[in-house]
Amino acid sequence: MSFRTQAVLWVAQRASAAVLAVCVVVHLVTIIYAVQGGLTASEILARTRGNTAWLAFYSVFVLAVSIHAPIGLRSVCIEWLRWRGASRDLVLLVFSAILAWAGMRAVLALFA
Amino acid sequence: MKVLVKRGDSFQEFEVPRQPSQTVLDVVTYIQRMLDPTLAYRFSCRVGMCGSCAMMVNDVPRWTCRTHVDKVVSNDRLEIGPLRNLPVIRDLVTDMREFFDKWARAKGEFRGAQTKKDDFAKVPPQSPERVLVDKGIECIGCGVCYAACDVVKWNPDYLGPAALNRAWTLIKDVRDNQTLERLRAVAGDAGCHACHTHVSCTERCPKHISPTAGIAGLKRAVAKAVLQGEL
Repeated sequence: MSFRTQAVLWVAQRASAAVLAVCVVVHLVTIIYAVQGGLTASEILARTRGNTAWLAFYSVFVLAVSIHAPIGLRSVCIEWLRWRGASRDLVLLVFSAILAWAGMRAVLALFA
Repeated sequence: MKVLVKRGDSFQEFEVPRQPSQTVLDVVTYIQRMLDPTLAYRFSCRVGMCGSCAMMVNDVPRWTCRTHVDKVVSNDRLEIGPLRNLPVIRDLVTDMREFFDKWARAKGEFRGAQTKKDDFAKVPPQSPERVLVDKGIECIGCGVCYAACDVVKWNPDYLGPAALNRAWTLIKDVRDNQTLERLRAVAGDAGCHACHTHVSCTERCPKHISPTAGIAGLKRAVAKAVLQGEL
């Protein structure tokens, strides 16, 4: 992998971390606030179904996770497993795709 | 006091008398001269200028000549070993080649555009670039930061704090003209982007330099150059 791509990955990880910092805070505050009154599953679905703002927020959240986590694991692979090269990057690309697919599947299930 | 000295894979125990104002280098010298002449260690200036006497003292990298026993002895016991993250030649002597090769790999040499026929470059001491250079320029290459760095331990290709600090001071040197080549050399998995900002190098540097700050500067400089299409 070229040094340019490595530098772009670093920027992507920092940028996605900044997005996640906001998303995680909003997510935690919202769920803690929401459960105070004892919401049921159907009441949650009533709020999320068809809510485009909710869809947009959690789509960004999932996208940021699927960018951030594999890049972090790349360093873990180097430092803990001494695993480098194309095989590692391919596995992490698949991992990123799985995160995006599973995350968006859950988001769409609550939206549609 | 009981002194445990790392020799190969094991520690050898010595009994060394305490003295006023005794340094760890005094202790090692006492062992070599009075107890076991086969002990190998490295030193030169004895006053904190050359950086050649750096060793692990109770698992912390330090200049032994500037470390008083009183400050580090614990339960009348001292543990001394060779610098971490470097191959050991014998006893307390490490092979520093890889450490200095990494300075070369990080393009640690100055290259200016002017010749001896040109006038002296005028660099105002208070200019922002020169202020940043001054903060990192006093490194004497002792290897303490390199031994303190966990990333070097986990990722042996990592250039390390000293080489990256050197690259940073040259990038901020307005007379040097190989900034882009140097940014290429220090970018990526073996370069500045591998740093986790543990700050161990800054914590341990006997010259109170902050390689961490320089490495952060390199990360920003590389990111800016990549995003602007210069790299």
